[in-house]
Amino acid sequence: MQEFILIFRHEDGHKIASPEQNQIWMKQTMDWIGGIAAQNKFVGGNGLPFADAKVVHANRTVTNGPFGEIKETIGGYIIVKAGSVEEAVEFAKGCPILQGDGNTVEVRQIAKGDGVH
Amino acid sequence: MEQPALIPHLFRTEFRKITAVLCKAFGIENIAVAEDIAGETFLSALEVWPYKGIPENPVAWLYLVAKNKTRNYLLRHQHFAEKIAPQMKAVATDSEQLDINLSEKNITDSQLQMLFAICHPAIPVEAQIGLALRILCGFGIPEIANAFLTNKEVINKRLFRAKEKLRDEKIPIEFPPPTEINQRLDAVLTTLYLLFNEGYYSESQDAVLREDLCLEAMRLTYLLIAYEATNQPEVNALFALMCFHASRFEARKSDNGEIILYHDQDETRWNQELIGRGAWFLHRASEGQRLSRYHLEAAIAYWSTQKNDTPEKWEQVLQLYNRLLQVAYSPIAALNRTYALAKVYGAAIAITEAEKLKLENNHFYFALLGELYSSINPNKAREHFQRAYEMAITETDKRTMRQKIDML
Repeated sequence: MQEFILIFRHEDGHKIASPEQNQIWMKQTMDWIGGIAAQNKFVGGNGLPFADAKVVHANRTVTNGPFGEIKETIGGYIIVKAGSVEEAVEFAKGCPILQGDGNTVEVRQIAKGDGVH
Repeated sequence: MEQPALIPHLFRTEFRKITAVLCKAFGIENIAVAEDIAGETFLSALEVWPYKGIPENPVAWLYLVAKNKTRNYLLRHQHFAEKIAPQMKAVATDSEQLDINLSEKNITDSQLQMLFAICHPAIPVEAQIGLALRILCGFGIPEIANAFLTNKEVINKRLFRAKEKLRDEKIPIEFPPPTEINQRLDAVLTTLYLLFNEGYYSESQDAVLREDLCLEAMRLTYLLIAYEATNQPEVNALFALMCFHASRFEARKSDNGEIILYHDQDETRWNQELIGRGAWFLHRASEGQRLSRYHLEAAIAYWSTQKNDTPEKWEQVLQLYNRLLQVAYSPIAALNRTYALAKVYGAAIAITEAEKLKLENNHFYFALLGELYSSINPNKAREHFQRAYEMAITETDKRTMRQKIDML
Protein backbone atom coordinates (compact mmCIF):
# COMPACT_ATOMS: atom_id res chain seq x y z
CA MET A 1 0.00 0.00 0.00
CA GLN A 2 1.37 3.39 -1.02
CA GLU A 3 0.29 6.91 -0.23
CA PHE A 4 -0.82 9.33 -2.91
CA ILE A 5 -1.65 13.00 -2.70
CA LEU A 6 -4.63 14.21 -4.70
CA ILE A 7 -4.14 17.92 -5.40
CA PHE A 8 -7.16 19.95 -6.47
CA ARG A 9 -6.45 22.66 -9.00
CA HIS A 10 -9.03 25.25 -9.81
CA GLU A 11 -9.23 26.81 -13.24
CA ASP A 12 -10.70 29.87 -11.58
CA GLY A 13 -10.73 29.64 -7.81
CA HIS A 14 -12.25 33.07 -7.46
CA LYS A 15 -15.46 32.25 -9.23
CA ILE A 16 -18.21 33.18 -6.81
CA ALA A 17 -20.65 30.41 -6.20
CA SER A 18 -23.96 30.84 -4.44
CA PRO A 19 -24.16 29.81 -0.78
CA GLU A 20 -26.48 26.99 -1.81
CA GLN A 21 -23.98 25.80 -4.39
CA ASN A 22 -21.18 25.97 -1.82
CA GLN A 23 -23.28 23.99 0.59
CA ILE A 24 -23.84 21.28 -2.02
CA TRP A 25 -20.14 21.11 -2.88
CA MET A 26 -19.21 20.89 0.76
CA LYS A 27 -21.62 18.05 1.31
CA GLN A 28 -20.43 16.26 -1.81
CA THR A 29 -16.83 16.60 -0.67
CA MET A 30 -17.67 15.23 2.77
CA ASP A 31 -19.49 12.26 1.25
CA TRP A 32 -16.63 11.67 -1.18
CA ILE A 33 -14.06 11.68 1.63
CA GLY A 34 -16.37 9.55 3.79
CA GLY A 35 -16.52 6.97 1.00
CA ILE A 36 -12.72 6.75 0.88
CA ALA A 37 -12.50 6.62 4.68
CA ALA A 38 -15.09 3.80 4.66
CA GLN A 39 -12.55 1.76 2.69
CA ASN A 40 -9.93 2.61 5.30
CA LYS A 41 -7.94 4.42 2.60
CA PHE A 42 -8.14 7.99 3.86
CA VAL A 43 -4.98 9.43 5.43
CA GLY A 44 -5.65 13.15 5.72
CA GLY A 45 -6.44 16.31 3.85
CA ASN A 46 -7.34 19.95 4.00
CA GLY A 47 -8.69 22.91 2.14
CA LEU A 48 -6.33 25.82 1.43
CA PRO A 49 -8.11 29.17 1.87
CA PHE A 50 -6.87 32.07 -0.24
CA ALA A 51 -7.14 34.53 2.65
CA ASP A 52 -3.71 35.84 3.72
CA ALA A 53 -1.97 33.81 1.01
CA LYS A 54 1.60 34.95 0.23
CA VAL A 55 4.20 34.04 -2.32
CA VAL A 56 7.88 34.24 -1.41
CA HIS A 57 10.15 34.79 -4.44
CA ALA A 58 13.76 33.83 -5.10
CA ASN A 59 15.04 37.25 -4.10
CA ARG A 60 13.07 36.91 -0.84
CA THR A 61 10.50 39.46 -1.85
CA VAL A 62 7.02 38.63 -0.67
CA THR A 63 3.90 39.28 -2.68
CA ASN A 64 0.29 38.81 -1.78
CA GLY A 65 -1.55 36.04 -3.51
CA PRO A 66 -2.33 33.92 -5.28
CA PHE A 67 -5.86 35.19 -5.09
CA GLY A 68 -7.39 32.44 -7.09
CA GLU A 69 -7.80 34.41 -10.30
CA ILE A 70 -4.65 33.01 -11.75
CA LYS A 71 -4.98 29.72 -13.53
CA GLU A 72 -4.55 26.44 -11.74
CA THR A 73 -4.33 27.55 -8.16
CA ILE A 74 -4.32 24.84 -5.56
CA GLY A 75 -7.55 24.74 -3.59
CA GLY A 76 -6.92 21.75 -1.39
CA TYR A 77 -5.62 18.24 -1.19
CA ILE A 78 -6.24 14.88 0.34
CA ILE A 79 -3.87 12.01 0.97
CA VAL A 80 -5.06 8.47 0.32
CA LYS A 81 -3.72 4.95 0.62
CA ALA A 82 -3.91 2.92 -2.57
CA GLY A 83 -2.46 -0.30 -3.93
CA SER A 84 -1.56 1.36 -7.23
CA VAL A 85 -1.71 4.68 -8.99
CA GLU A 86 -4.74 3.35 -10.91
CA GLU A 87 -6.65 2.90 -7.66
CA ALA A 88 -5.69 6.40 -6.55
CA VAL A 89 -6.93 7.70 -9.92
CA GLU A 90 -10.27 5.97 -9.32
CA PHE A 91 -10.58 7.86 -6.03
CA ALA A 92 -9.70 11.11 -7.80
CA LYS A 93 -12.44 10.58 -10.39
CA GLY A 94 -15.03 10.94 -7.63
CA CYS A 95 -13.74 14.37 -6.54
CA PRO A 96 -16.58 16.93 -6.68
CA ILE A 97 -14.33 19.75 -7.95
CA LEU A 98 -14.17 17.93 -11.29
CA GLN A 99 -17.72 19.17 -11.90
CA GLY A 100 -16.17 22.59 -12.58
CA ASP A 101 -14.98 23.15 -16.13
CA GLY A 102 -11.21 23.14 -16.43
CA ASN A 103 -10.60 22.00 -12.86
CA THR A 104 -8.18 19.13 -12.35
CA VAL A 105 -7.06 16.68 -9.72
CA GLU A 106 -3.38 15.85 -9.84
CA VAL A 107 -2.42 12.43 -8.47
CA ARG A 108 1.11 12.18 -7.12
CA GLN A 109 2.89 9.46 -5.26
CA ILE A 110 4.28 10.42 -1.86
CA ALA A 111 7.89 9.42 -1.34
CA LYS A 112 8.11 6.72 1.29
CA GLY A 113 11.19 8.04 3.01
CA ASP A 114 12.80 4.62 2.61
CA GLY A 115 15.53 5.94 0.34
CA VAL A 116 14.04 4.32 -2.76
CA HIS A 117 12.28 7.43 -4.04
CA MET B 1 -32.39 -7.40 53.09
CA GLU B 2 -31.94 -11.12 52.60
CA GLN B 3 -28.49 -12.54 53.00
CA PRO B 4 -28.10 -14.22 49.63
CA ALA B 5 -28.69 -10.89 47.87
CA LEU B 6 -26.72 -8.77 50.30
CA ILE B 7 -23.48 -10.67 50.13
CA PRO B 8 -22.95 -10.68 46.35
CA HIS B 9 -23.77 -6.98 46.27
CA LEU B 10 -21.40 -6.21 49.11
CA PHE B 11 -18.83 -8.54 47.67
CA ARG B 12 -18.70 -6.67 44.45
CA THR B 13 -18.64 -3.14 45.79
CA GLU B 14 -16.45 -3.75 48.81
CA PHE B 15 -14.12 -6.31 47.26
CA ARG B 16 -12.99 -3.83 44.66
CA LYS B 17 -12.55 -1.07 47.22
CA ILE B 18 -10.50 -3.20 49.60
CA THR B 19 -8.44 -4.66 46.77
CA ALA B 20 -7.66 -1.26 45.27
CA VAL B 21 -6.58 0.20 48.60
CA LEU B 22 -4.42 -2.83 49.45
CA CYS B 23 -2.85 -2.88 45.99
CA LYS B 24 -2.02 0.76 46.35
CA ALA B 25 -0.47 0.05 49.76
CA PHE B 26 1.49 -3.07 48.69
CA GLY B 27 2.46 -2.09 45.16
CA ILE B 28 1.31 -3.63 41.92
CA GLU B 29 3.62 -6.63 42.23
CA ASN B 30 1.53 -7.83 45.18
CA ILE B 31 -1.81 -7.65 43.49
CA ALA B 32 -2.47 -11.32 44.31
CA VAL B 33 -1.86 -10.74 48.03
CA ALA B 34 -4.36 -7.90 47.98
CA GLU B 35 -6.92 -10.09 46.24
CA ASP B 36 -6.33 -12.92 48.70
CA ILE B 37 -6.81 -10.72 51.74
CA ALA B 38 -9.96 -9.22 50.27
CA GLY B 39 -11.22 -12.70 49.40
CA GLU B 40 -10.52 -14.04 52.90
CA THR B 41 -12.35 -11.09 54.39
CA PHE B 42 -15.52 -12.13 52.62
CA LEU B 43 -14.98 -15.74 53.54
CA SER B 44 -14.97 -14.62 57.18
CA ALA B 45 -18.26 -12.84 56.64
CA LEU B 46 -19.76 -16.00 55.18
CA GLU B 47 -18.49 -17.99 58.15
CA VAL B 48 -19.64 -15.59 60.84
CA TRP B 49 -22.75 -13.77 59.65
CA PRO B 50 -25.04 -16.77 59.16
CA TYR B 51 -24.60 -17.65 62.84
CA LYS B 52 -24.24 -14.30 64.53
CA GLY B 53 -26.43 -12.27 62.22
CA ILE B 54 -25.43 -9.51 59.86
CA PRO B 55 -23.63 -6.76 61.75
CA GLU B 56 -25.30 -3.40 62.07
CA ASN B 57 -22.68 -1.81 59.86
CA PRO B 58 -21.50 -4.58 57.52
CA VAL B 59 -19.06 -2.34 55.65
CA ALA B 60 -17.30 -1.20 58.83
CA TRP B 61 -17.15 -4.83 59.92
CA LEU B 62 -15.54 -5.84 56.63
CA TYR B 63 -12.97 -3.04 56.81
CA LEU B 64 -12.03 -4.00 60.34
CA VAL B 65 -11.59 -7.63 59.34
CA ALA B 66 -9.60 -6.61 56.27
CA LYS B 67 -7.26 -4.57 58.44
CA ASN B 68 -6.85 -7.47 60.89
CA LYS B 69 -6.18 -9.91 58.09
CA THR B 70 -3.61 -7.55 56.63
CA ARG B 71 -1.84 -7.28 59.96
CA ASN B 72 -1.88 -11.04 60.43
CA TYR B 73 -0.54 -11.49 56.94
CA LEU B 74 2.32 -9.11 57.65
CA LEU B 75 3.08 -10.90 60.93
CA ARG B 76 3.16 -14.26 59.21
CA HIS B 77 5.24 -13.01 56.33
CA GLN B 78 8.01 -11.14 58.04
CA HIS B 79 10.05 -10.92 54.87
CA PHE B 80 7.15 -9.49 52.89
CA ALA B 81 6.51 -7.00 55.67
CA GLU B 82 10.09 -5.80 55.65
CA LYS B 83 10.00 -5.24 51.94
CA ILE B 84 6.64 -3.54 52.00
CA ALA B 85 7.07 -1.66 55.26
CA PRO B 86 8.96 1.31 53.84
CA GLN B 87 6.10 1.87 51.39
CA MET B 88 3.48 1.82 54.10
CA LYS B 89 3.36 4.42 56.73
CA ALA B 90 3.65 3.10 60.27
CA VAL B 91 3.59 -0.60 59.68
CA ALA B 92 4.74 -1.64 63.07
CA THR B 93 4.00 -5.30 62.97
CA ASP B 94 3.96 -5.53 66.73
CA SER B 95 1.66 -2.57 67.21
CA GLU B 96 -2.08 -2.56 67.02
CA GLN B 97 -2.02 0.37 64.64
CA LEU B 98 -1.91 -0.28 60.98
CA ASP B 99 -2.35 2.39 58.41
CA ILE B 100 -4.65 0.86 55.88
CA ASN B 101 -6.65 3.88 54.95
CA LEU B 102 -10.16 2.89 53.95
CA SER B 103 -11.56 6.40 53.83
CA GLU B 104 -13.82 7.29 50.94
CA LYS B 105 -11.24 9.61 49.45
CA ASN B 106 -8.45 7.06 49.57
CA ILE B 107 -10.74 4.41 48.09
CA THR B 108 -11.63 6.65 45.15
CA ASP B 109 -8.04 7.76 44.62
CA SER B 110 -6.78 4.18 44.80
CA GLN B 111 -9.38 3.00 42.29
CA LEU B 112 -8.54 5.81 39.87
CA GLN B 113 -4.82 5.14 40.19
CA MET B 114 -5.37 1.42 39.71
CA LEU B 115 -7.42 2.24 36.62
CA PHE B 116 -4.43 4.05 35.15
CA ALA B 117 -2.05 1.26 36.18
CA ILE B 118 -4.22 -1.49 34.67
CA CYS B 119 -4.81 0.46 31.47
CA HIS B 120 -1.10 0.79 30.88
CA PRO B 121 -0.09 0.56 27.21
CA ALA B 122 2.23 -2.36 28.09
CA ILE B 123 -0.74 -4.61 28.92
CA PRO B 124 -2.71 -6.22 26.08
CA VAL B 125 -6.16 -4.64 25.86
CA GLU B 126 -8.01 -7.92 26.37
CA ALA B 127 -6.10 -8.49 29.60
CA GLN B 128 -6.77 -4.90 30.67
CA ILE B 129 -10.49 -5.55 30.43
CA GLY B 130 -10.21 -8.78 32.41
CA LEU B 131 -8.12 -7.12 35.10
CA ALA B 132 -10.47 -4.17 35.29
CA LEU B 133 -13.42 -6.53 35.75
CA ARG B 134 -11.64 -8.45 38.47
CA ILE B 135 -9.82 -5.74 40.40
CA LEU B 136 -11.89 -2.62 39.75
CA CYS B 137 -15.35 -4.11 39.36
CA GLY B 138 -15.07 -7.04 41.78
CA PHE B 139 -16.33 -9.64 39.32
CA GLY B 140 -15.73 -13.29 40.06
CA ILE B 141 -13.76 -15.44 37.63
CA PRO B 142 -16.88 -17.44 36.56
CA GLU B 143 -18.71 -14.19 35.78
CA ILE B 144 -15.83 -12.89 33.68
CA ALA B 145 -15.66 -16.24 31.88
CA ASN B 146 -19.39 -16.06 31.22
CA ALA B 147 -19.13 -12.52 29.87
CA PHE B 148 -16.33 -13.52 27.47
CA LEU B 149 -18.11 -16.81 26.64
CA THR B 150 -15.10 -18.83 27.65
CA ASN B 151 -14.09 -20.99 30.59
CA LYS B 152 -12.53 -20.16 33.94
CA GLU B 153 -9.13 -21.63 33.01
CA VAL B 154 -8.77 -19.27 30.06
CA ILE B 155 -9.63 -16.25 32.20
CA ASN B 156 -7.35 -17.37 35.03
CA LYS B 157 -4.46 -17.74 32.61
CA ARG B 158 -5.15 -14.40 31.01
CA LEU B 159 -5.29 -12.63 34.37
CA PHE B 160 -2.18 -14.41 35.59
CA ARG B 161 -0.19 -13.29 32.57
CA ALA B 162 -1.51 -9.75 32.89
CA LYS B 163 -0.47 -9.59 36.54
CA GLU B 164 2.95 -10.92 35.64
CA LYS B 165 3.26 -8.19 33.06
CA LEU B 166 2.25 -5.52 35.58
CA ARG B 167 4.93 -6.88 37.89
CA ASP B 168 7.64 -7.13 35.23
CA GLU B 169 6.98 -3.65 33.94
CA LYS B 170 7.00 -2.28 37.50
CA ILE B 171 4.03 -0.09 36.71
CA PRO B 172 3.50 2.34 39.58
CA ILE B 173 0.04 2.82 41.06
CA GLU B 174 -0.22 6.57 40.80
CA PHE B 175 -1.78 9.34 38.78
CA PRO B 176 0.25 9.98 35.65
CA PRO B 177 2.03 13.35 35.70
CA PRO B 178 -0.08 16.20 34.24
CA THR B 179 1.96 16.21 31.04
CA GLU B 180 1.12 12.56 30.37
CA ILE B 181 -2.43 12.46 31.61
CA ASN B 182 -4.14 13.05 28.27
CA GLN B 183 -2.11 10.44 26.49
CA ARG B 184 -2.66 7.87 29.23
CA LEU B 185 -6.31 8.81 29.40
CA ASP B 186 -6.71 7.63 25.79
CA ALA B 187 -5.81 4.08 26.81
CA VAL B 188 -8.10 4.22 29.84
CA LEU B 189 -11.02 5.40 27.71
CA THR B 190 -10.41 2.67 25.15
CA THR B 191 -10.62 0.05 27.89
CA LEU B 192 -13.78 1.54 29.39
CA TYR B 193 -15.31 1.78 25.92
CA LEU B 194 -14.52 -1.88 25.23
CA LEU B 195 -15.71 -2.91 28.68
CA PHE B 196 -19.04 -1.26 27.96
CA ASN B 197 -19.26 -2.87 24.52
CA GLU B 198 -18.37 -6.22 26.02
CA GLY B 199 -21.52 -5.93 28.09
CA TYR B 200 -23.68 -4.32 25.45
CA TYR B 201 -22.88 -6.73 22.65
CA SER B 202 -22.15 -9.81 24.75
CA GLU B 203 -23.82 -12.99 23.61
CA SER B 204 -24.10 -14.17 27.18
CA GLN B 205 -27.67 -15.19 27.97
CA ASP B 206 -27.34 -13.60 31.37
CA ALA B 207 -29.04 -10.22 30.90
CA VAL B 208 -28.26 -9.08 34.44
CA LEU B 209 -24.58 -9.77 33.91
CA ARG B 210 -24.54 -7.93 30.58
CA GLU B 211 -26.05 -4.84 32.17
CA ASP B 212 -23.74 -5.05 35.16
CA LEU B 213 -20.76 -4.88 32.82
CA CYS B 214 -22.16 -1.75 31.22
CA LEU B 215 -23.01 -0.15 34.54
CA GLU B 216 -19.51 -0.84 35.84
CA ALA B 217 -18.00 0.79 32.76
CA MET B 218 -20.26 3.78 33.41
CA ARG B 219 -19.29 3.90 37.07
CA LEU B 220 -15.58 3.96 36.25
CA THR B 221 -16.09 6.57 33.53
CA TYR B 222 -17.98 8.67 36.02
CA LEU B 223 -15.05 8.41 38.46
CA LEU B 224 -12.96 10.09 35.77
CA ILE B 225 -15.55 12.85 35.35
CA ALA B 226 -15.62 13.46 39.09
CA TYR B 227 -11.83 13.86 39.21
CA GLU B 228 -10.86 17.30 37.97
CA ALA B 229 -7.73 16.42 36.02
CA THR B 230 -9.52 13.74 34.02
CA ASN B 231 -12.81 15.58 33.56
CA GLN B 232 -12.01 16.10 29.87
CA PRO B 233 -14.48 16.65 27.03
CA GLU B 234 -13.87 13.18 25.56
CA VAL B 235 -14.62 11.55 28.93
CA ASN B 236 -17.94 13.37 29.03
CA ALA B 237 -18.56 12.33 25.42
CA LEU B 238 -17.89 8.68 26.25
CA PHE B 239 -20.24 8.90 29.21
CA ALA B 240 -22.93 10.44 26.99
CA LEU B 241 -22.48 7.59 24.51
CA MET B 242 -22.93 5.06 27.31
CA CYS B 243 -26.08 6.84 28.60
CA PHE B 244 -27.68 6.80 25.14
CA HIS B 245 -27.01 3.09 24.69
CA ALA B 246 -28.00 2.23 28.26
CA SER B 247 -31.36 3.93 27.71
CA ARG B 248 -32.39 0.84 25.70
CA PHE B 249 -31.55 -1.78 28.34
CA GLU B 250 -35.17 -2.49 29.21
CA ALA B 251 -36.45 -2.40 25.66
CA ARG B 252 -33.81 -4.72 24.24
CA LYS B 253 -34.33 -7.77 26.40
CA SER B 254 -37.13 -10.25 25.92
CA ASP B 255 -38.72 -12.20 28.75
CA ASN B 256 -36.42 -15.15 28.13
CA GLY B 257 -33.23 -13.09 28.09
CA GLU B 258 -32.82 -12.85 24.32
CA ILE B 259 -31.82 -9.58 22.74
CA ILE B 260 -34.56 -7.66 20.92
CA LEU B 261 -33.06 -5.84 17.96
CA TYR B 262 -33.34 -2.08 17.63
CA HIS B 263 -36.06 -2.07 14.98
CA ASP B 264 -38.27 -4.43 16.94
CA GLN B 265 -38.01 -2.52 20.20
CA ASP B 266 -40.91 -0.79 21.90
CA GLU B 267 -39.54 2.72 22.12
CA THR B 268 -41.92 3.66 24.92
CA ARG B 269 -39.62 1.50 27.05
CA TRP B 270 -36.55 3.58 26.25
CA ASN B 271 -35.36 5.34 29.36
CA GLN B 272 -35.94 9.04 28.73
CA GLU B 273 -34.08 10.03 31.87
CA LEU B 274 -30.89 8.41 30.63
CA ILE B 275 -31.38 9.95 27.19
CA GLY B 276 -31.68 13.34 28.87
CA ARG B 277 -28.58 12.71 30.93
CA GLY B 278 -26.69 11.68 27.80
CA ALA B 279 -27.70 14.92 26.11
CA TRP B 280 -26.47 16.87 29.10
CA PHE B 281 -23.05 15.20 29.12
CA LEU B 282 -22.75 15.52 25.35
CA HIS B 283 -23.39 19.22 25.79
CA ARG B 284 -20.64 19.37 28.41
CA ALA B 285 -18.36 17.48 26.03
CA SER B 286 -18.66 20.21 23.43
CA GLU B 287 -16.16 22.42 25.26
CA GLY B 288 -12.70 22.53 23.80
CA GLN B 289 -11.41 21.92 20.31
CA ARG B 290 -10.87 18.22 20.12
CA LEU B 291 -13.46 16.15 18.31
CA SER B 292 -12.82 12.60 19.49
CA ARG B 293 -14.36 9.40 18.21
CA TYR B 294 -16.48 9.41 21.36
CA HIS B 295 -17.99 12.78 20.44
CA LEU B 296 -18.94 11.44 17.03
CA GLU B 297 -20.20 8.11 18.32
CA ALA B 298 -22.20 9.84 21.05
CA ALA B 299 -23.78 12.14 18.47
CA ILE B 300 -24.68 9.12 16.33
CA ALA B 301 -26.05 7.36 19.42
CA TYR B 302 -28.12 10.45 20.13
CA TRP B 303 -29.80 10.11 16.73
CA SER B 304 -30.49 6.46 17.53
CA THR B 305 -32.66 7.65 20.39
CA GLN B 306 -34.89 9.36 17.80
CA LYS B 307 -36.74 6.54 16.10
CA ASN B 308 -38.49 8.64 13.45
CA ASP B 309 -36.87 8.55 10.01
CA THR B 310 -36.44 12.15 8.94
CA PRO B 311 -34.20 13.33 6.08
CA GLU B 312 -32.38 15.53 8.58
CA LYS B 313 -31.63 12.58 10.85
CA TRP B 314 -30.03 10.49 8.14
CA GLU B 315 -28.14 13.40 6.61
CA GLN B 316 -26.67 14.15 10.05
CA VAL B 317 -25.88 10.50 10.73
CA LEU B 318 -24.16 10.15 7.35
CA GLN B 319 -21.96 13.19 7.99
CA LEU B 320 -21.12 11.94 11.48
CA TYR B 321 -20.05 8.59 10.06
CA ASN B 322 -18.02 10.39 7.37
CA ARG B 323 -16.14 12.14 10.16
CA LEU B 324 -15.92 9.10 12.43
CA LEU B 325 -14.31 7.01 9.69
CA GLN B 326 -11.62 9.64 9.27
CA VAL B 327 -10.86 9.65 12.99
CA ALA B 328 -11.31 5.95 13.77
CA TYR B 329 -11.97 3.48 10.96
CA SER B 330 -13.77 0.29 11.83
CA PRO B 331 -15.54 -2.16 9.51
CA ILE B 332 -18.80 -1.78 11.43
CA ALA B 333 -18.67 2.03 11.09
CA ALA B 334 -18.02 1.62 7.36
CA LEU B 335 -21.08 -0.63 7.05
CA ASN B 336 -23.26 1.68 9.11
CA ARG B 337 -22.15 4.64 7.04
CA THR B 338 -23.26 2.81 3.92
CA TYR B 339 -26.64 2.12 5.50
CA ALA B 340 -27.02 5.86 6.23
CA LEU B 341 -25.93 6.57 2.65
CA ALA B 342 -28.78 4.37 1.41
CA LYS B 343 -31.22 6.32 3.57
CA VAL B 344 -30.01 9.60 2.03
CA TYR B 345 -29.30 8.66 -1.61
CA GLY B 346 -31.18 5.40 -2.08
CA ALA B 347 -30.15 1.76 -2.23
CA ALA B 348 -28.63 1.76 -5.75
CA ILE B 349 -25.91 4.29 -4.91
CA ALA B 350 -25.29 2.60 -1.58
CA ILE B 351 -24.79 -0.79 -3.27
CA THR B 352 -22.04 0.66 -5.49
CA GLU B 353 -20.36 2.13 -2.41
CA ALA B 354 -20.87 -1.04 -0.36
CA GLU B 355 -19.14 -3.17 -2.96
CA LYS B 356 -16.02 -1.03 -2.64
CA LEU B 357 -15.74 -1.86 1.05
CA LYS B 358 -14.40 -5.36 0.40
CA LEU B 359 -15.42 -6.77 3.76
CA GLU B 360 -16.11 -10.29 2.47
CA ASN B 361 -14.93 -11.87 5.71
CA ASN B 362 -17.55 -10.00 7.73
CA HIS B 363 -21.05 -11.46 7.80
CA PHE B 364 -22.55 -8.04 8.50
CA TYR B 365 -21.27 -7.02 5.07
CA PHE B 366 -23.54 -9.58 3.44
CA ALA B 367 -26.36 -8.70 5.81
CA LEU B 368 -26.06 -5.08 4.65
CA LEU B 369 -25.98 -6.06 0.96
CA GLY B 370 -29.03 -8.25 1.56
CA GLU B 371 -30.81 -5.31 3.13
CA LEU B 372 -29.87 -2.96 0.27
CA TYR B 373 -30.94 -5.44 -2.41
CA SER B 374 -34.25 -6.26 -0.68
CA SER B 375 -36.21 -3.58 -2.50
CA ILE B 376 -34.30 -3.90 -5.80
CA ASN B 377 -33.62 -7.57 -6.40
CA PRO B 378 -35.06 -10.06 -3.87
CA ASN B 379 -33.12 -12.97 -5.37
CA LYS B 380 -29.82 -11.23 -4.86
CA ALA B 381 -30.97 -10.18 -1.41
CA ARG B 382 -31.67 -13.83 -0.57
CA GLU B 383 -28.19 -14.90 -1.76
CA HIS B 384 -26.55 -12.29 0.45
CA PHE B 385 -28.67 -13.06 3.50
CA GLN B 386 -27.96 -16.75 2.98
CA ARG B 387 -24.24 -16.08 2.91
CA ALA B 388 -24.50 -13.93 6.03
CA TYR B 389 -26.45 -16.75 7.69
CA GLU B 390 -23.73 -19.27 6.89
CA MET B 391 -20.98 -17.00 8.18
CA ALA B 392 -22.76 -15.86 11.33
CA ILE B 393 -21.45 -17.41 14.51
CA THR B 394 -23.90 -16.39 17.19
CA GLU B 395 -27.44 -17.69 17.50
CA THR B 396 -28.91 -14.18 17.55
CA ASP B 397 -27.23 -13.30 14.25
CA LYS B 398 -28.29 -16.56 12.64
CA ARG B 399 -31.86 -16.12 13.78
CA THR B 400 -31.94 -12.55 12.46
CA MET B 401 -30.73 -13.65 9.03
CA ARG B 402 -33.27 -16.48 8.96
CA GLN B 403 -36.04 -13.95 9.65
CA LYS B 404 -34.76 -11.64 6.91
CA ILE B 405 -34.87 -14.49 4.38
CA ASP B 406 -38.38 -15.47 5.46
CA MET B 407 -39.59 -11.92 5.10
CA LEU B 408 -38.38 -11.50 1.50
